[in-house]
Amino acid sequence: MATETGMSLPVRDLKLRMERVGMAFERDGKSVSVLEDINLDVSDGEFICLVGPSGCGKSTLLNLMGGFLVPTQGSVIIDNQIIRGPDPRRILVFQERGVFPWLTVEGNIGFGLAKLSRAERRERIDHYVQMVRLQGFEHTFPSDLSGGMQQRLQVARALAVNPDVLYLDEPFGALDSSTRLILRGELLRIWQRERRTIIFVTHDVDEAVQLADRVVVLSARPAKIQNVLTIDIPHPRNISSARYLERRDDLLKRIGLAYTA
Amino acid sequence: MKAFNQPGRWEKFFWPLLAATLLLSLWHYSVLWTATQVFPSPLSVEKGLAELLREHVLWSDIADSLRRVALGFGTAAALGIPLGLMLGWYPSANQVLNPVLQILRPISPIAWVPIAIVLFGVGDHAAVFLVFLGAFFPIMVACTSGVSTVPSIFRRAGRNFGLSTAQILARVVFPAALPQILVGLRMALGISWLVVVAAEMIAVDSGLGYLVIDSRNSGKRYDLVVAAMLLIGLIGLALDIGFRRLERIKSVRWGFDHES
Amino acid sequence: MKLLVRPFAFIAVLLVIWQVAVNRDTAQLLPGPFGVVRGMGDLLQHGLLLKYVVASLFRVTWGFLLAAVIAIPLGLTIGWHRRAEMALSPLVQIFRPISPLAWIPIAILWFGVGDLAAIFLIFVGCFFPLMLTAMSAVHNIPAVYVNVGRNFGLSTADFVYRVIYPAVVPQLIIGSRITLGIAWLVVVAAEMIAVNSGLGFLILDARNAGNRYDLVIAGMIMIGTIGLLLDLGMRSLERAKSFRWSYSED
Repeated sequence: MATETGMSLPVRDLKLRMERVGMAFERDGKSVSVLEDINLDVSDGEFICLVGPSGCGKSTLLNLMGGFLVPTQGSVIIDNQIIRGPDPRRILVFQERGVFPWLTVEGNIGFGLAKLSRAERRERIDHYVQMVRLQGFEHTFPSDLSGGMQQRLQVARALAVNPDVLYLDEPFGALDSSTRLILRGELLRIWQRERRTIIFVTHDVDEAVQLADRVVVLSARPAKIQNVLTIDIPHPRNISSARYLERRDDLLKRIGLAYTA
Repeated sequence: MKAFNQPGRWEKFFWPLLAATLLLSLWHYSVLWTATQVFPSPLSVEKGLAELLREHVLWSDIADSLRRVALGFGTAAALGIPLGLMLGWYPSANQVLNPVLQILRPISPIAWVPIAIVLFGVGDHAAVFLVFLGAFFPIMVACTSGVSTVPSIFRRAGRNFGLSTAQILARVVFPAALPQILVGLRMALGISWLVVVAAEMIAVDSGLGYLVIDSRNSGKRYDLVVAAMLLIGLIGLALDIGFRRLERIKSVRWGFDHES
Repeated sequence: MKLLVRPFAFIAVLLVIWQVAVNRDTAQLLPGPFGVVRGMGDLLQHGLLLKYVVASLFRVTWGFLLAAVIAIPLGLTIGWHRRAEMALSPLVQIFRPISPLAWIPIAILWFGVGDLAAIFLIFVGCFFPLMLTAMSAVHNIPAVYVNVGRNFGLSTADFVYRVIYPAVVPQLIIGSRITLGIAWLVVVAAEMIAVNSGLGFLILDARNAGNRYDLVIAGMIMIGTIGLLLDLGMRSLERAKSFRWSYSED
């Protein structure tokens, strides 16, 4: 069951809406259009994956959603307000080197918690250290952590400020495949516990089918939304079940299409 | 992810001109305000500059300074590059020489003036010697570190393809180290320019450095002092820009990107 | 231990060559190694050496610190705001190649002959390199850190204190080490022209007042050694900080 558009959701559930969003950059005096006519509705607590060919603009789209870029056309609306810039209610997790090397694990997680009382901060930090399973490493510096642990730290830091939306830009891309599998499971576990809206960029088809409620397929540049594929398989998803494989094949076909669009 | 506040191309000229104008006005008005008798105003510096240009002394001074830089820098490069490359290639040799170099390096070339005068007497040769000293160490260090930071992958690939040591040095190591060597040369050129001016203030009686000191000593002509300083700055900048152009030609050929 | 044997052997060989060359030189202008050692003993005896070393270090410290306190914040600010950099960078580029010593007439005009003039010259010699280091350090802050700072909604003051400052410190320390080396070069040269004490003055004076080249070379060796010690000191500082804040250049 694939829906062709991403629209028409009850307003009360609506978290994020992209309305005719377009993005163009100036390069050497010329205007290069990266994204065109993006329309998408995301409901609260949904897990969305953005997939598409390399360089198609997935990261740009994510940055627009996060408020780091201002669209040249259209608007990004979160909680019924047009967003105007980055905000701690929408935290972006980067692919690499996002944690501050001069702060310990504790320091990084506590980065956004300056406004809380000492006791509250302590409690929050402990909670998230546990949640990403970094107990025992509270006083360690990121340079002594593995890549997978650093990404877990970034997620903990992001969650600690209780954002409404979490954006993840190929967060496991720089890690080896076994670590990736483990972290996917962890992310799902955390998501099921704390139910935030998650928008996850990846070029890995398996990752998208394993994680997402809906997968948004982008075409090549200038990117439009090619398809929106619904994955209505309940978690935990058996990756050798027929249902899963069917979805996966469907998605692969659609991305194959995306390359010639 | 920068905000869309890209400055226009016109701004590249507007802001520096604005800053320069403000600075000049500030200078001009401070001179007027403090009613100083000695410190020159921008206008008198300009007049001083014109005066220097008319008298042929200026051109020969500039030529002298540049000549000394050319000779000292050239000699330093001719000796420093091969030596530096060798030390980079044979780390054991580097170990032996390094302590001596580390002690010699922090000694200002100017501190060598008495020795230079003993060896060469007062005059051109002493100045060239001092420039040589100033340029030699940076060039050598750049070459040594340029060679030693060539990834061993490259060396191994060279050997894999059956190249002899000499060939590896010439066709793999040298091109790979070249960007760093060029940066070192450019910095050494800048240092040479600093040293020659300083040397001319003590050890010779011609050149731009001498002009600075002489203008003060024979008549307190601070307008000429400042004019000469500005010339020194502009010529030094021109040398730097010229060398960067050279770098870019090479860099484009080798596909390297260097900002420093 | 083996690592030290060869360099020392090399130095020993150089010293021998030096001594031989001096012995064979009939003009006897320059002293050999033994002469220099005796000269150093002389200086120590008269207590001059310590006095001059302190004078030179004093000037370097003050000149460097004054320059750092002004140039670093200025450089960080200019590096951050592109238009400010467009405005001021050309001016900096013109001033930078002017040898600090070329400022001597102005220094003497404003401060007379003495400590202040020397400190001023060191200030000038340190100011531009430090400013350029700060500007470059700001440019090199990985965009990720800036974006995380923006994402978490930090106030400007917080942002500067908790993101920019920690991110630039490692590079500032390296730049400070190099600039300190420059300061040491400038102070020696400045003392040869504009002051009446210090290691640079020692060299000039030793020659002028009696051709004591043994003292000249002894002074030069002191200058080299102290300069090296300053450099090593800064490097250990670098290592201490980088150890904690190491994000290597990869």
